[in-house]
Amino acid sequence: MTATTTAPVAAPDLSATGRRPSARLRAWATRAPLLPALVFMVVVTQLPFVATLVISFFDWNSLYPDARHFAGLANYREVLTDAGLRRSVWTTILLTVAVVLASLVLGLLLALLLDRRFRGRGIVRTLLIAPFLVVPVAAALLWKHVLYNPEYGLLNGLLHYVGGPQPDWISNTPLLAVQAALVWQWTPFMMLIVLAGLQSRDQQQIEAARVDGAGDWQIFVHLTLPHLRRYLELGALLGSVYIVQNFDAVFTITSGGLGTANLPYTVYQTFYQAHENGLASAAGVLVVIGSIVIATFALRVVSSLFREEVSRA
Amino acid sequence: MSTIAVRGRGRFRKGAGLGLVAWLAGIVFFLPIAWMALTSFHSEQDAATNPPSFGAALTLDGYREFFGTGGGASPWPALINSTVASVTSTLLVLLLALPAAYALSIRPVRKWTDVLFFFLSTKMLPVVAGLLPIYLFAKNAGLLDNIWLLVVLYTSMNLPIAVWMMQSFLAEVPVAIIEAARVDGARLPTILARVVAPVALPGIAATSLICFIFSWNELLFARVLTGVVAETAPVFLTGFITSQGLFLAKVCAASLVVSLPVLAAGFAAQDKLVQGLSLGAVK
Repeated sequence: MTATTTAPVAAPDLSATGRRPSARLRAWATRAPLLPALVFMVVVTQLPFVATLVISFFDWNSLYPDARHFAGLANYREVLTDAGLRRSVWTTILLTVAVVLASLVLGLLLALLLDRRFRGRGIVRTLLIAPFLVVPVAAALLWKHVLYNPEYGLLNGLLHYVGGPQPDWISNTPLLAVQAALVWQWTPFMMLIVLAGLQSRDQQQIEAARVDGAGDWQIFVHLTLPHLRRYLELGALLGSVYIVQNFDAVFTITSGGLGTANLPYTVYQTFYQAHENGLASAAGVLVVIGSIVIATFALRVVSSLFREEVSRA
Repeated sequence: MSTIAVRGRGRFRKGAGLGLVAWLAGIVFFLPIAWMALTSFHSEQDAATNPPSFGAALTLDGYREFFGTGGGASPWPALINSTVASVTSTLLVLLLALPAAYALSIRPVRKWTDVLFFFLSTKMLPVVAGLLPIYLFAKNAGLLDNIWLLVVLYTSMNLPIAVWMMQSFLAEVPVAIIEAARVDGARLPTILARVVAPVALPGIAATSLICFIFSWNELLFARVLTGVVAETAPVFLTGFITSQGLFLAKVCAASLVVSLPVLAAGFAAQDKLVQGLSLGAVK
């Protein structure tokens, strides 16, 4: 750096003659800062997926490495026909759809409540965000042991006061138990996205509607909800992308038992405990295909919001 | 329903009523955490009662048990591993994402939106998509139970989010000022330090906090790829899954201690949190 700053006299001379970089060189100079990140991402995320794809066509149990052979689509056939795996596909859908919808509706209601002025709004906002900021494993442990426990859990403790029943939550309704814990964690996420949507509303338009005699409900249905649509879509899609992949809650609360094993858990179990590499890879590829379907829509919504931002700027 | 009931009694009353509902909702959502905090300060006997003992005597025994003075495994190696993995991967993310974001905003390459969306699409790729090959690779390369493998993986996990967020923060730097500085003879390092940094720094800080949170929380990679040496805090917590007997105060203390860094980072980054979680789509 010092060398470049100490030669100001020579500088114009240099640029006039020898230092005229070609257009191609200049294009690479603008691209250069981007390359490390790009190369890193391709190597660490894309290459392993290609490997997964290749392994998915092999019959390969790591306990019998010598018996490895090409099996074509046999693993996919097995994944799609195996009752356990098919059930985990269904569980994944049930888990994702229920958690996303419930947390989205709750998040919308909470965001509407938080959007108005009242005493202590900042504190309430903080209280509502907190569940999202508990480490997922810790949150799952909290629900499993501290809330759900049939003998001394808080839920049954509170039910005791009103003389209610004392159910064994996880044994009776295992999937619902996992879903409730996840809804608790993801509602703040939805709330934050919807809140951002509410705060980007056109206030003048709302005032104008109010002057014209529109009631709160009419303003909500005809102005607020259409404006929020894309934010709700975004919340639903991003929530789906994250929750389809959920491992922590299933692993912690039920250890995949009682019919709560979703695809990520099943993939984990298939290769980590059953050592069926080929089968696990085929299941993994199916998770990816499912994610790509959701992600395509998600990317479209992100991109429409993004273009709006860019054009507004 | 309540809107109809109180309609016409004036804006103030209605606002106050809904404010009360908001407070109630906040308390209900926070209750499990408050209960966890209270239980962590109870003795094991008081923690496991039905009906719950709200007013029981407070003690630090749960924390003493957790930190291993009672003879159990010490959580310190796991906490240190988590700190190393989260902090180092976040620094690596900054190192890679800042130049990339620069090339996508201040001096954009051609088709920069396509590049941006490539980064985003990698975030949509589930962890299980590459878990097995990464495991096999680590096993053959002798990298199992090695914290640096997690550092690399966490960097890849957070890089897309960071590039998106940083891109949107750097795009807020007015190009006119950068041009003016260039005309005045300022060189790139000076422009970065004097013009870009002051505008983008709060955003960069928030991005770092969000990357830290995601790395700190991660379980699946850590569970599969680490054992006794490189175990992270979430993996340490999974030791409580099948616990039997009196351990409720200890598990509450453990959950709270492990969550504290995330709670702190999350509240510090609160305003930018949604931008990071929505991959920059929402401001």
